[in-house]
Amino acid sequence: MQQALNASGRAAPPPPMADEATDMFLTLTVADQLCGVPVLTVRDVLGHHSITRIPLAPPEVAGSLNLRGRIVTAIDLRLRLGLPPRDPATQAMSVVVEREVELYSLLADAVGDVLPLPQAQRAANPPTLDPLWREVSTGVHRLGDRLVVLLDVERILAIG
Amino acid sequence: MDDLLADFLTETSEGLVALDSALVRLERNPDDKATLSEVFRIVHTVKGTCGFLGLSRLEKVAHAGENLLGRWRDATLKVTPAGISLVLASIDRIRLIVAGLEAKGEEPAGDDAAVIAALNAAADGEAPPVAEAAEPSAEPAMAETEPAAAPGAPQTIRVSVEVLEGLMMLVSELVLTRNQLLQLARSEDNQAFAVPLQRLSHITTDLQEGVMKTRMQPIGNAWAKLPRLVRDLGHELGKKISLEMKGAETELDRQVLELIKDPLTHMVRNSGDHGLENPADRRASGKSETGRVMLNAYHEGGHIVIEIADDGRGLPLAKIKAKALAQGMTTEAELAGMSERDILRFIFRPGFSTAAQVTAVSGRGVGMDVVKTNMERIGGTIEVRSQEGKGTAFIIKIPLTLAIVSALIVESGGERFAVPQIGVVELVRAGGEGAPQLERIKDALVLRLRDRLLPVVSLARLLRLDTTAREDSGFVIVTQVGAHVFGIIVDRVFDTEEIVVKPVAPILRHVTMFSGNTILGDGSVIMILDPNGIARASGVGGEAAPENDTEARPTGGMGVAEKTSLLLFRAGDATPKAVPLGLVARLEDVERARIETAGGRPLVQYRGRLMPLVPLNPMWSPDMAAERQPVLVFSDGDRAMGLVVDEILDVVEEHLTIDPAGERPGFLGSLVINQRVTEVVDTSWWLRQGGEDWFGSGAATRAGAARRVLLVEDSAFFRNLVVPALTAAGYAVTAVPHAREALKLREAGLGFDIVVSDIEMPEIDGLALARTLREGGPWRDLPLIALTGKAAPDDVTAGRLAGFTDYVAKFDRDALLASLRQCLSTPLGA
Repeated sequence: MQQALNASGRAAPPPPMADEATDMFLTLTVADQLCGVPVLTVRDVLGHHSITRIPLAPPEVAGSLNLRGRIVTAIDLRLRLGLPPRDPATQAMSVVVEREVELYSLLADAVGDVLPLPQAQRAANPPTLDPLWREVSTGVHRLGDRLVVLLDVERILAIG
Repeated sequence: MDDLLADFLTETSEGLVALDSALVRLERNPDDKATLSEVFRIVHTVKGTCGFLGLSRLEKVAHAGENLLGRWRDATLKVTPAGISLVLASIDRIRLIVAGLEAKGEEPAGDDAAVIAALNAAADGEAPPVAEAAEPSAEPAMAETEPAAAPGAPQTIRVSVEVLEGLMMLVSELVLTRNQLLQLARSEDNQAFAVPLQRLSHITTDLQEGVMKTRMQPIGNAWAKLPRLVRDLGHELGKKISLEMKGAETELDRQVLELIKDPLTHMVRNSGDHGLENPADRRASGKSETGRVMLNAYHEGGHIVIEIADDGRGLPLAKIKAKALAQGMTTEAELAGMSERDILRFIFRPGFSTAAQVTAVSGRGVGMDVVKTNMERIGGTIEVRSQEGKGTAFIIKIPLTLAIVSALIVESGGERFAVPQIGVVELVRAGGEGAPQLERIKDALVLRLRDRLLPVVSLARLLRLDTTAREDSGFVIVTQVGAHVFGIIVDRVFDTEEIVVKPVAPILRHVTMFSGNTILGDGSVIMILDPNGIARASGVGGEAAPENDTEARPTGGMGVAEKTSLLLFRAGDATPKAVPLGLVARLEDVERARIETAGGRPLVQYRGRLMPLVPLNPMWSPDMAAERQPVLVFSDGDRAMGLVVDEILDVVEEHLTIDPAGERPGFLGSLVINQRVTEVVDTSWWLRQGGEDWFGSGAATRAGAARRVLLVEDSAFFRNLVVPALTAAGYAVTAVPHAREALKLREAGLGFDIVVSDIEMPEIDGLALARTLREGGPWRDLPLIALTGKAAPDDVTAGRLAGFTDYVAKFDRDALLASLRQCLSTPLGA
């Protein structure tokens, strides 16, 4: 919690260079909130894709889609994070991640750049963060005048 | 592991399988020189190779076995069953060591002195010590190895299973791509592509068949262990059993083979143990002493049929009936209308076993229900035929392969689904002119098809899709699951397509309505429907075990067949709690500021009155209340009680199979919902905490006005629910668990104003009770209300015929109260 206060640089020295790749994050936007997922977990980024709805599935599960012959289960990040559903007129982007040989797609409103977000400059979750977000976030990063919430893919996928 | 060792292991595994059968053959026929030589040769080879590879432990055991076999071969000693047992024991030991060798790459440590000594003693002509040598040692159980090819088959090479699986996967992808191309070609008129595409398509089909063939294995591979098993079984039970196997060369997919292996073994064991009589009984009934267990396999259509038959005593029909009644699975009235075949099917119900005693061999709690479930899981069916005194036969029908299946593509509620064609009996267009008509009995859809009423389930409704579509017309997919035939109504039917079944993602495994998903020719993903899951979810398959509960029910558990809406919530600890939704009047969020205390008890002003609040969590106090405190309101007339909980979680439909193990004050026990143990709240107990006057008789103004109600209900759970509900309404309730006790009260001269009775009860059911009461006696003219989970029109009619005044669904508290009011205000027969 203390780290939340001194995110400006008084935290521990940066980790060795070898960890650089683990500090790379793909940014994405979910209902105007900037989020980041570790780039090493990302397998693919897709534009609009037709998604088959899965009846009786948990509400966060938007459906499944075909990624070059593999079936990918799509999770709507907005619903997963307790945000209002997307305007049906706008099309979602898919960030495809892998967990235990299964592919999952995280549906976001927009996908941004891959940015280095060094661990040293990361702040812990503020205690006031919504419990649902705290559950899936590994920390917060300041990017200019915006905050990036770093998402833990494992926990995002822990549904049901 | 080096190649030499790997080859040795494969060869030895094959040899060992052959040895088992050969030894059993030898035992039956001790003078069979050819078999003896074969056995000797295999053991000798094992010994020789071991020596060469420096496997000293194996060599010693094999050598001792070879010694004894050598005496037999030289005819210096006679082949005896005891001797055979010794050799078999040494084979087991060899197998154990081989398994260790396979796992670790070197011989496991262990002491074989006992086995070797016994073999040597026998070879020296001494009587072998009692079967001690055959005692299994504490070493790890061996892992079965599949022979990669039938022994003696010409020109074979060994290919690892992974390579074949990989090939199969590639072919699956190829089939999908081919389908996609064909789809594209249909929409584009390009002659240049048409011919090569056609050729590609044919080759793909041939390739698919070819690769499928490589996965095919003779069913005999699954049978290889059976002769030994039956021999041991016979010895153990003192029965003479001969095993006859036909069609061992019949081939099926190795994936299917793996899945049926255990159920088959179980059934053969059952036939020997329960099916066959002991020699004395067989003699007495004029049969030959040796009982026969027959296995027969053959192809039929795209299926393989396996019969497991015995010429034993047959299934005892009377015992099955009695047991089904005693377990509350059916009623006398229902039994009377059942065919013999239907009665026999009770053996497939969970928790059903007619074996009078549990023997070491079978009756270990794995019943025929598990066999049936396993068969259905792979799209198979199981039938039973039996004739008392003549024998029993089980007929299993399973698909040849599971990987690529032909499926019907249908649409419902705007979504497309695949239905495997294996379960589809026919396709009927319903509701149009001249077509069979869909009709509705209360809420249940039925299809009148050739003089038969077929239950129909709406896919859109079942999957909670957009149900605005009309349900009186559409296509009905007539589906068979086991012996049950039912219809699934869909909006449209497209085409059939070969689909590759892919498992669904782990986060969707709990949705049992789907057996997998696949990619269609047009590239879209589609869910594959599981007819078994649909039958279970819609209650069509009467034998289905409750979901998440394929094991036998816990003994002493209270079970009800129908599903109940349960409200799930959290209070106090992390264990979720449940209460039947029908008992809860309202869910309220009470603002913390409104919670008051009077006399140390929390209260809230609710609808102009004071409502006592009872916290489920004993640690709770008003100042701990949440900003908006969730409260379950139980109410009756103008009185109410609020149960304070932490959080409302969900409403689920579940079977109330309560395990009383978790019983404690305020809780009836526990059950598993969504794989979590959930405590079921004892509503009446909590109502009592709400204040002593909750059940007070002072409120003469209440509907009940202390009218005397006799409740006959065998389930303690329902008694606990109904009694408080009625007491709260001002009735004076007496509850008894049996119809017998109700009749005792009548004989004792007690008087009641009305009788409320459950229908399904052991011994005397509700219908019989109603008939008895109506026959005469002091209670002849009392109004009778039937309380039941089954309110189908037929049941209602049966109830009225038996003498019931009204018929109310269990848990419908308001309906029960309304019915009580009505019955008590209208004189009977008016």
